[in-house]
Amino acid sequence: MLRESDRIFTNLYGTEDWRLKAAQSRGDWDKTKDLLAKGQAWITQEVMTSGLKGRGGAGFPTGKKWSFMPKGEEVTPRYLIINADESEPGTCKDRDILRYEPHKLIEGALLAGFAIGAHVGYIYIRGEFYQEAEHLEAAIAEAYKAGLLGKNAANSGWSFDLYVHRGAGAYICGEETALLESLEGRKGMPRLKPPFPAIVGLYGCPTIVNNVETLAVVPTILRRGGSWFASIGTPDNAGTKIFCLSGHVNKPCNVEEALGIPMKELIEKHGGGVRGGWDNLLAVIPGGSSVSLLPKEICETVLMDFTSLAKVKSALGTAGVIVMDKSTDVVRAIARLSKFYMHESCGQCTPCREGTGWMWRMLMRLAEGEGTSKDIDQLEEVTHQVEGHTICALGDAAAWPVQGLIRHFRPELERRLRRE
Amino acid sequence: MPKLTIDDKEIDVPEGMTVLQAAEMLGIEIPVFCYHPKLSIAGNCRMCLVDMEHSPKPIASCAMPASEGMVIRTQTPMVKKARQGVLEFLLINHPLDCPICDQGGECDLQDISVAYGGDSSRYALNKRAVPDKEFGPLIETAMNRCIQCTRCIRFATEVAGVPELGATGRGEDMEIGTYIQKAITSELSGNMIDICPVGALTSKPYNYRGRSWELSHTPSIDVFDAVGSAIRLDTRGREVMRVLPRQNDEVNEDWISDKVRFSYDGLKYQRLDHPYVRQKDGRLAPVSWDKAFEAIAEQLRDIPGNQIAAIVGDMVDAEAMVALKDLMVALGSPHIDCRQDGAKNGSEPRCSYLFNTTIAGIERADFCLLIGTNPRWEAPLINARIRKNYLYSGFPVALVGPSHDLGYPVDSLGSDPLILEEILRGHHPIISLLKTAKRPMMIVGPGALRREDGATLLCLARQVADKYGFIHQRKTTIPDPWNGFNVLHTAASRVGGFDLGLLPGPKGYDVKGMLDAAAAKKLKAIYLLGADEIDMASLKSTFVIYQGHHGDRGASVADVVLPGAAYTEKSGTYVNTEGRVQRSLKAVSPPGDAKEDWKIIRALSEKLGHTLPYNTLEEVRARLVEANSLFEELDTVQRAPWLPFGQEGKISSESFTAALESFYMTDSISRHSITMAKCEREIAQGAPHG
Repeated sequence: MLRESDRIFTNLYGTEDWRLKAAQSRGDWDKTKDLLAKGQAWITQEVMTSGLKGRGGAGFPTGKKWSFMPKGEEVTPRYLIINADESEPGTCKDRDILRYEPHKLIEGALLAGFAIGAHVGYIYIRGEFYQEAEHLEAAIAEAYKAGLLGKNAANSGWSFDLYVHRGAGAYICGEETALLESLEGRKGMPRLKPPFPAIVGLYGCPTIVNNVETLAVVPTILRRGGSWFASIGTPDNAGTKIFCLSGHVNKPCNVEEALGIPMKELIEKHGGGVRGGWDNLLAVIPGGSSVSLLPKEICETVLMDFTSLAKVKSALGTAGVIVMDKSTDVVRAIARLSKFYMHESCGQCTPCREGTGWMWRMLMRLAEGEGTSKDIDQLEEVTHQVEGHTICALGDAAAWPVQGLIRHFRPELERRLRRE
Repeated sequence: MPKLTIDDKEIDVPEGMTVLQAAEMLGIEIPVFCYHPKLSIAGNCRMCLVDMEHSPKPIASCAMPASEGMVIRTQTPMVKKARQGVLEFLLINHPLDCPICDQGGECDLQDISVAYGGDSSRYALNKRAVPDKEFGPLIETAMNRCIQCTRCIRFATEVAGVPELGATGRGEDMEIGTYIQKAITSELSGNMIDICPVGALTSKPYNYRGRSWELSHTPSIDVFDAVGSAIRLDTRGREVMRVLPRQNDEVNEDWISDKVRFSYDGLKYQRLDHPYVRQKDGRLAPVSWDKAFEAIAEQLRDIPGNQIAAIVGDMVDAEAMVALKDLMVALGSPHIDCRQDGAKNGSEPRCSYLFNTTIAGIERADFCLLIGTNPRWEAPLINARIRKNYLYSGFPVALVGPSHDLGYPVDSLGSDPLILEEILRGHHPIISLLKTAKRPMMIVGPGALRREDGATLLCLARQVADKYGFIHQRKTTIPDPWNGFNVLHTAASRVGGFDLGLLPGPKGYDVKGMLDAAAAKKLKAIYLLGADEIDMASLKSTFVIYQGHHGDRGASVADVVLPGAAYTEKSGTYVNTEGRVQRSLKAVSPPGDAKEDWKIIRALSEKLGHTLPYNTLEEVRARLVEANSLFEELDTVQRAPWLPFGQEGKISSESFTAALESFYMTDSISRHSITMAKCEREIAQGAPHG
């Protein structure tokens, strides 16, 4: 259980004002100049020490990512991109940061931009986030006015400009290279990797893409020290994380908690419990729609962190916890997710373009009890034909929920085929 | 040089190569759909997945740079499964209509399915239906067959420089199209048909007319411009069914222009298949060869040599040209010319009329000055090379002449030829770019050469080239000689004509002189060898012999018509604008009584009492070599030494004008092609399809 003093997002619920003055009273922008004065290497090192892993879903260590920036003389500009295209179903953590804690993000952007040598940052914000974009624009304007951005940002001698770019509502634009394509004015389609954005990114220049939450915790990490952050949570799963509880809980909410909190505790304590009591639980998708769902037996004991969830063949993802009680038609639920991936596939590469539709159509048939048990095997094979064969991770994200369904609910699928 | 291992074979590859290319070097085949060696890497078909050690997932070999110590396997069960999976995905929504698909027999999807696919489909649901698109008069679409490899998009955007194609829609709704229905406006659009790995884009004129395995293939040379692209004539019986490119990286890479690809239907219409002699009533009557020759001999008997002239057309092979030249010399005529368009160059050293940089050399240039040329129409493949260099190096291109959309940014300096004098005197802003360029090139086009002051302009261009370092001679300090002076011709016969000296002799008339003399009745007879692009009105009172393959402008005024062979019907030698001697083979026989051109001239010479000393093709070719030893060496460019040329003079301030008014209908074949007429109407003039 997270101690109140270790909480980073103290205005996560918007109980206080989000503007600069109030943010400063909560500790944002406090001696930012001194943090910057400690140098680029120090910032990167502290972030490495903190064990911060990317909060956007893949969980890549942030400090390590920053260290991939080319060393030595700068010949081209470098860019910092803030991925605010939060579109993962079941996830709404970045949204509240953008709405209520925009200055944490802006300060984090300055610090990260300085650490990687970028003078320009772009915030790519999901098109549907209208009010959030307005808050963000206003907060950036305030920061400029207060000398915290722009030339000689926060009196540090470092100049840093921050721009907001609104997306048009494509899920795929949250994939970092598709985001770069979209930002450059092209169709949002993921790029081939290698080269990775740290080497060839926006406009062909070295670029770091970080999630909103990742950057928003950086100022606090630097103020309180990387080891403080690392002391929270479990080994390899350091720090706090915003969990998004939705679905059949009595009190859906966003909550900042230490990584490694038991799922049951998270749901009972913060979500007000499963609708109809814990025993009415059917399954939980622990990390946004892209990860495998977990049946009740696993949910009893599993811890909410990267390693524990990987052990049960799921993932922490974005920590969007979707709770499903026994009233749920689990096959239809997963079929709906499948339809989402079919709709959001960019269409660039073969397995995802052709496979996502096939999976959805087969799931719909199975949901209706049509077909034979051979179709279940075939569906599973199709998921494996998609998984790992695509340019970006959307193919994997489309395959995993279906694999989870077959893994944990095959008897349910077979029951339907028998039309019981 | 990274060293990597593929299927237990080690190989060193140059930096920057991909795993796929390394495998190709080892002779290991990896199936691909979206990868094309001349286009950017898309990596979207996922067919080329291979197993890389230490990678949990298979990698796309087309996109993965080969690096030191990589261990690649292309035959593991994982790779096999990945390939089968991708193929299954590609086929679930493919209509499998191979029996009625024009691509059948030469389809990548067919071939790869046989080699790597499974035996049956597990897909039992409805297939996707995609509406067909209308891409204009050349490309037929069957979008159900499309596998979204995006080769066509990349070709249009990168090579052709017309970003008119794109993908709309997302996921399985992704469709290739022109956004708003329109004809594709590229002169290279037919190449999309070749690079389409399936039958989604097929040739509209060839649609449902043949199967690939019925066709015989004959290597030939494109004669519709002076680039000399390598082509393949696909024939069935006596008919040319289609024209495809052959790869020649020195000249046309993998591409050809739409004019040579689609104008073959012009070979079937308005052909001269009989000798004709004009009767007293003014009508042309078919006669035997003997009668036609007798009619000529009778007329020429009393005409002194200096009142006979000859003009050579733009598609004539060197064999016919040397024969005609020999005949004219024997008749004692100095009036011979191969410059129908009135170009003023050709009599000076070879370097003055060649594309000295070579076509492949364009890629090394770092500045380009275009003078009186529109390469997009005059030589689409040279234009594609310029664009290629622009794409990779971003080199600046400046143009003196009428501006035109060339598919890359051009600094249009204006159409005033006096700009060249300003550049020479160092008064023009462009010289700051010229001075920093290490390998600048210029292209002097027909728009400059065919002017009255063409020779002076050529001299001026040379002076600019000399002054600003367009030519580096080989020195110890400059190991890399560079000649950036280029002349762009539009006629396939032109350089060969110059090399054989088909130019006015002492006191000889050039084309304009001949026409003036004919109009003034000072010229009694004129021999038009495939020459249709001159003002025929001047020839009313002249005895006109027309030898050629089409009943076009020349035949309409002729007194005797001798039916010759089109480029598909003879084995001919052509010298391209670079000075590259190339040879085509005979694909079909000429129609009716028509004969190969040199044979006609040889037969006529006998009737005229000046029998030419060759009876076989080999002997004519020996005569070619005798006339100019350059004809000995085929397919290579023999660089011309940089010798003095040019006569200074005053240039006129009259603006440059375009040499071509249209791309599609420029000669006797394309003027009779229905396809080209459609292109002219629907692409060039933008008329709606129908």
